[in-house]
Amino acid sequence: MNLLNISGSPHVHSDESTKKIMWRVNLALVPALLVAIAYFGLNALLVSLIAVASCVLFQWLIEKFILKVPTTVGDGSAVITGLLLAFNVPSTVDMMWIVVIGALVAMGIGKMAFGGLGKNPFNPALVGRVFLLISFPVQMTTWPVVDGIFPMNFDVATGATPLGAFKEGSLPGVTLMDAFLGHMGGSLGEVSALAILLGACYLLWKKIITWHIPVSFIGTALIFSAILWLVNPEQYMDPLMTIFTGGIMLGACFMATDMVTSPMSKSGQLIFGFGCGLLTIIIRNWGAYPEGVSFAILLMNSVTPLINRWCKPARFAN
Amino acid sequence: MKTFKMGGVHPEENKISNDAAIQVVPVSAQMVVLMNQHLGAPATPVVQKGDKVKVGQLIGEAQTFMCANVHSPVSGTVLKIEPVKDAFGLLKPAVHITVEGDEWMDTIDRTPDIKRQCDLEPAAIVSKLKEMGIVGLGGATFPAHIKYSVPEGKKAEYLIINAAECEPYLTSDYRVMMEHAEEVCIGVSILRKALGVPNAYIGIESNKPQAIAKMQEMARQFEGIVIEPLKVKYPQGAEKQLINAVTGRKVPSGKLPIDVGCVVSNLGTAFAVYEAIQKNKPLIENILTVTGKKLPTQHNCLVRIGTTYNDIIKHTIGELPATTGKVISGGTMMGKAVVNLDAPTVKGNSSVLVMDGDEARRNPEMACIRCGKCMNACPMGLEPYLFSALVKAGRTEEVQQNNILDCIECGCCFFSCPANKPLTDEIRLGKNRVRAMMAAKK
Repeated sequence: MNLLNISGSPHVHSDESTKKIMWRVNLALVPALLVAIAYFGLNALLVSLIAVASCVLFQWLIEKFILKVPTTVGDGSAVITGLLLAFNVPSTVDMMWIVVIGALVAMGIGKMAFGGLGKNPFNPALVGRVFLLISFPVQMTTWPVVDGIFPMNFDVATGATPLGAFKEGSLPGVTLMDAFLGHMGGSLGEVSALAILLGACYLLWKKIITWHIPVSFIGTALIFSAILWLVNPEQYMDPLMTIFTGGIMLGACFMATDMVTSPMSKSGQLIFGFGCGLLTIIIRNWGAYPEGVSFAILLMNSVTPLINRWCKPARFAN
Repeated sequence: MKTFKMGGVHPEENKISNDAAIQVVPVSAQMVVLMNQHLGAPATPVVQKGDKVKVGQLIGEAQTFMCANVHSPVSGTVLKIEPVKDAFGLLKPAVHITVEGDEWMDTIDRTPDIKRQCDLEPAAIVSKLKEMGIVGLGGATFPAHIKYSVPEGKKAEYLIINAAECEPYLTSDYRVMMEHAEEVCIGVSILRKALGVPNAYIGIESNKPQAIAKMQEMARQFEGIVIEPLKVKYPQGAEKQLINAVTGRKVPSGKLPIDVGCVVSNLGTAFAVYEAIQKNKPLIENILTVTGKKLPTQHNCLVRIGTTYNDIIKHTIGELPATTGKVISGGTMMGKAVVNLDAPTVKGNSSVLVMDGDEARRNPEMACIRCGKCMNACPMGLEPYLFSALVKAGRTEEVQQNNILDCIECGCCFFSCPANKPLTDEIRLGKNRVRAMMAAKK
């Protein structure tokens, strides 16, 4: 007679797995990637591939030679970091080597230094992105101009993003529809609100994210900027233009919702999203940078453990 | 449709033995009757080696408060009184009986007639429940006479009968409803009378439409029996969740259902109550589901308590498939893995669930990604991921402060964890440590 397994209950498990979650997030990022390729051409694809390949490679190297643990690159989380990092940089030729440095910082300092998946307090892609923004300010703010669909030339003209132009005192220079579809300058994966929302809907459907963080993030940004705009429409940007330009959509749907670095309870997630939205608008209007999403999310990441401590789920028996 | 409000999961239902009518498993040549088949202290044997016993004769007497009588499920001679290992490997005092014939006590009414009229007063009903060794058959085996003696100062307002059968695979309650609806309703009426409440609510998950229809039709013939269809969501049949679903009330932390005016019993208990009160038949039989995805046949069967798992398997499926990985007593969410198939069944057993090796295997544990699925699945509003981390770190005080003792061990957290972390195992360990710490402080 064979030996019986005597582990404790429950004896069945859902078919969810970390790997499935991660690859589904990658799938959800595909629409934004396709739009990026459509508007920015082959450069966007190359920057993304290089970013993904370097993130996977650095994780593998660190696991194999420094941590000396079995590799976990197959779980797809390094691919997400790579894609998100690429989505947060301009699709220029310079980026094809700069993004490798970003990947090293993202994986090495942002993730593996803390022990790998699930242990990092900050979103690794944003750690990499902010490192690049501070270290390569010129290259990180040189934006290719969108010139038709599927441009094949590598040396594209550059220009300002709507947010950059507005910071300099001129009008954003795009229509609301352009901003919604992504027909404007900007980091390669963040331009199209439509593509990002498509991916976000998939994540909501698969129950990988809930509405709490995106809605409170975008809602706060919308309401706060609407108040400012009503006070002085000359000085402050139109609220709809505010949420469709820059990184708010990508940040709210894909980066603030990162499970590892965001609060766990619903109430905590609402506070987290609120903080992200508030800080984004403050930085955009009164900070040195035209865009504040990365800083806002990283700042809120830093208070996530505190939020988790305060915002307990409602107990059944209370 | 009614349901509990917080958390819950929906495991694959796998009610594959639904259509198997209850069959009688023959009596084995030798039976082992454990003296503690219930929550509380073991019963004291009142027979000696060499004594002749009849079916239904008292062989273990409840001599302390938290205890229940044990009766002989067979007729024959007492071979010895000696502890044996139960299904989970723990030594338990037991009476071993060599079976001779099948001679029942004269007091037991073995006719097939159904007797509706019950003239006993509430106090007499409760003392007869004690005499007949009735315990809760939902799994906890709480002595029924204690549950139905409402303490001074408390008042019962609701009687709730748990027929949710929310555990995957189990179908014994369903079969009892399909085959013994009338007896169940009589049993429920008797319990209602014992408590003196106006209504009894029978909660049935909506994945059993035939049972709901059958019970609704039967309940019309009785006074004060309400059938409550419930949403299919695990753990709908957990005591606190069922009370919440049916009445909207919440049992506070550390309190009992009676503190919110509720008494909950399992459907199988209601059937046993009918047999005990109306037919004078002590609790000597179990209705078990013998099921598993890889088994050639599916069964629901009536077995005498004290039949070994091996004998049940022999008389139903013949033998365990060679690929068997796990045998579970109970459902897949809260049942316990059986260690010893030579052990006898006891009161409250509901199944012999056979799992294939592949099905029984746990996937390797990965890192927690703080997805919060365990928290959202928890029907008690707790934070399983936090318990896991705190238990591993040995921070028992904090484990207690985060209300680990509210945990009902339903398994929803471990079920839903994408990283396959054995959260329920770690929580059990944490609860044990907290209890030990509290005992040491006293």
